[in-house]
Amino acid sequence: MAAGRQSGIGKFALRQAGKLALLLASACAVTFALISQSPIDPTQAYIGADLLRVGAEQREAIAAYWGLDDPPLQRFWAWMASLLQGDFGTSMIHRAPVSEVIVERFLSSFALMIAAWLLSGILGFAAGVAAAMRRETWLDRAIKWYCYALSSTPTFWAGLLLLIVFTVWLPIFPVGLGTPAGVPAGDVTWLDRARHMILPALTLSITGISNIALHTRAKLVDVLASDYVLFARAKGEEGFLLFRRHGLRNILLPAVTLQFASFSELFGGAVLVEQIFSYPGLGKATVEASTRGDVPLLLGIVLFSALFVFAGNLLAELIYRWVDPRIREGQSE
Amino acid sequence: MNLRTRTLIYAAVALVLLLLPAALSPMLGGDRLATHLAERNEPPSWTHPFGTDWLGRDMFARSMKGLALSLGVGLTAALASGLIAGALGLMAAALGKAADRFITWLIDLFLSVPHLVLLLLIAFVTGGGAKGVIIAVGLTHWPSLARLIRAELLQLKSSEFVLVSRHMGRSNWWIATRHLLPHLWPQFIVGTLLLFPHAILHEGAITFLGMGLSPHQPAIGIILSESMRYLSTGMWWLAFFPGLCLVVLVRSFDVLAGGVHALVDPSRSQE
Amino acid sequence: MPLLEVKELSVTFTQYDRGLRRKKATAIQDLSLSVERGEIVAVVGASGSGKSLLAHAILGILPRNASVGGQMAFDGQPLTASRIRQLRGKRIAFVPQSVQSLDPLMRVGRQVRQAVRAGDPAEEQRMAFARYGLAPLTERRYPFQLSGGMARRVLVSIATVSGAELIVADEPTPGMDPAVVQETLRAFKTFAENGTAIVFITHDLEAALAIADKVAVFHAGTSLEVARAADFEGAGDRLRHPYSRALWRALPQNGFAVPDLGANEPLSRSAVGCSHARGCALATIECAKTAPKPRELRDGMVRCYHAT
Repeated sequence: MAAGRQSGIGKFALRQAGKLALLLASACAVTFALISQSPIDPTQAYIGADLLRVGAEQREAIAAYWGLDDPPLQRFWAWMASLLQGDFGTSMIHRAPVSEVIVERFLSSFALMIAAWLLSGILGFAAGVAAAMRRETWLDRAIKWYCYALSSTPTFWAGLLLLIVFTVWLPIFPVGLGTPAGVPAGDVTWLDRARHMILPALTLSITGISNIALHTRAKLVDVLASDYVLFARAKGEEGFLLFRRHGLRNILLPAVTLQFASFSELFGGAVLVEQIFSYPGLGKATVEASTRGDVPLLLGIVLFSALFVFAGNLLAELIYRWVDPRIREGQSE
Repeated sequence: MNLRTRTLIYAAVALVLLLLPAALSPMLGGDRLATHLAERNEPPSWTHPFGTDWLGRDMFARSMKGLALSLGVGLTAALASGLIAGALGLMAAALGKAADRFITWLIDLFLSVPHLVLLLLIAFVTGGGAKGVIIAVGLTHWPSLARLIRAELLQLKSSEFVLVSRHMGRSNWWIATRHLLPHLWPQFIVGTLLLFPHAILHEGAITFLGMGLSPHQPAIGIILSESMRYLSTGMWWLAFFPGLCLVVLVRSFDVLAGGVHALVDPSRSQE
Repeated sequence: MPLLEVKELSVTFTQYDRGLRRKKATAIQDLSLSVERGEIVAVVGASGSGKSLLAHAILGILPRNASVGGQMAFDGQPLTASRIRQLRGKRIAFVPQSVQSLDPLMRVGRQVRQAVRAGDPAEEQRMAFARYGLAPLTERRYPFQLSGGMARRVLVSIATVSGAELIVADEPTPGMDPAVVQETLRAFKTFAENGTAIVFITHDLEAALAIADKVAVFHAGTSLEVARAADFEGAGDRLRHPYSRALWRALPQNGFAVPDLGANEPLSRSAVGCSHARGCALATIECAKTAPKPRELRDGMVRCYHAT
């Protein structure tokens, strides 16, 4: 039995690794094809803002150095070969290796995303539970209305409103920037960082709430209509006891997996939020890379964000396999 | 009042709200959009319900123009995505295993990168501008609808009545037009309608991020990103009203799509 | 004094039709039943006759759109909605019909232990499992790992470990193999001998007769006859209602005389007349016009103009 489960895990890992390899290879190929077919002059893209200062001869030298005049397929293989060695190229804007820029910016974004992710997960779950337990009351209606309204609200507008309310009208929070202006990096305290993260994290969490809340509500409504809850009521269980024994157990797992599977929206939200609050994370780097034409950085971010989304989905699936007894113990039967 | 009437009324109101900016924006051209330095930075009033900006331009006129633009971009892009989704979904179900595998791979690929990153990438690759925005939004909203149509078709293909027709020697064309299309239409229409709000929100997002449209075209995203420079001086109306209009527009589309869904496919639209 | 007394119970559902018209459907009408301590009363009827709703009404777990009429009393006190909520799980236990009634994500041993009200939960649960022939390892299982018969034995365990004075068992035996059915029925009998009152709802007349003291024959939302179990013998001449007699004669050992039992349609559509009028050999015009009222007959109850 144990051996069977072990080989199951091995097979699972192998399949996921294969999926990831295929995904990354596909993403590389398609992105590269898109960029090489685009009207953007690759030389110009590589040189970027310095274009005016670079003479025709120098341009040719650069093109030759990067192999920009080679046929696309050859360029693709050269690019893939350096990618496989961990070399993502050099970011134009930051004048630093792409991998370094991404790691540094991601660590900064990660704190923001994790905070927003936890906040939206907990608030959304609680709101969904409250709505389902008080179904068809004013509370349920208010929560549903709020969720639908939020799903039509652009993140960037919500962020601007919070900005107006909390920094202009009630100057409680500082405006973004990750750290206070004019303070040397070494003197920035943990508390300062947290204070500067509150508004961006709040904005990022707001839109995530409605998805998880509506899903949790629907799931709990189903659970409350199930035979086992009917039986639980016949056994004298009610209210919070009933929810703790049977409700929570049956809705927590789907909610957690849904939250892990939402990494794609989380990343997209971070792009907008970091732009509004000038938060120096990967999202802001994405915007800069695309508006200022930093091709190597943009390519690196596309691949990295695909990896990020994949990791979320993988975690969701792993949690299901570990926690849900129907899968965990079902395989070995 | 029964459910049907109520749904119809909601849908009608939503439709009016949707058409309002398109109808108003030609009337609001010219003078109201011009610079009036004497009327700069005015808070909302009866003459300027949404206030004026730092150049004395009427924010109501700018918002309506912006909405009409968003609506146009959203419609074009959603239609394009709807068509792509329909075509790919059909091809996946009709052209055999290899095509199906290819299209499934394409769908997974598009869903594997965060939507906003994909939008920025495509807008960048196509050189930005209004064209870049439309192409980016139009090229990225089809995967989920394509997946839905593919699944629906595969299920229909193996359903009883299609198998019976096949046994009776009906041609593929006959089966497609008599059995498949009637089932697929409502799905397709509603699916495409539901793409609009997403398309409009994403159009707003990438213009807000500075991709695409030039400052002379007052897209809502641009109005909002410009307003950021003036918010700290207390000019809240620059961001509040245009954004609110966008929310109303998007919500109207949701309600309209929900109404149409209830009318064409009542069994599936129950909450 | 009976432990549970049900008098003129009716259950009506309010439904919304197309066009949002309100419609009422009566599922149970004018049903009376009483159970003494230590007594097993079987409620026997075809599926769809509303038997389960009787159980749900006693336990107060009918859906929200149902309204209940008539009176119920438990231990001499009226059984109101709030009193049901206090009693269920403590003095009244339920064996549900659906095997989906076990929480899919909780080990079954724990589900049984949660129902114990007095004594050591683990000990009580192990004794119950031993009593119904469930291996000790079963307590570590999840419901999806059990067969239908095992799941039902777990449900019976849950009802019996609670130490309730009244057990309402809704079809507890399907899916069990015959030996286990016998075991379960014997366990019910033992509980009754120790003073527990049992309402045993089943479509299986044979199983009912194996343990019941009284049998209520249920048809189209009401009871047509309440008879002693001993009345079911021979050609069924001691039975009062033609429908009961037909049921009895349809058993294999009585020669499978398959009668036309009449449709078990909802009452609202055949509200006038006796529900058994169609297909009854004794039916007269009177039967089709007005439904007969229940009356006492030979230490039992019958609802028929022609009963002797």
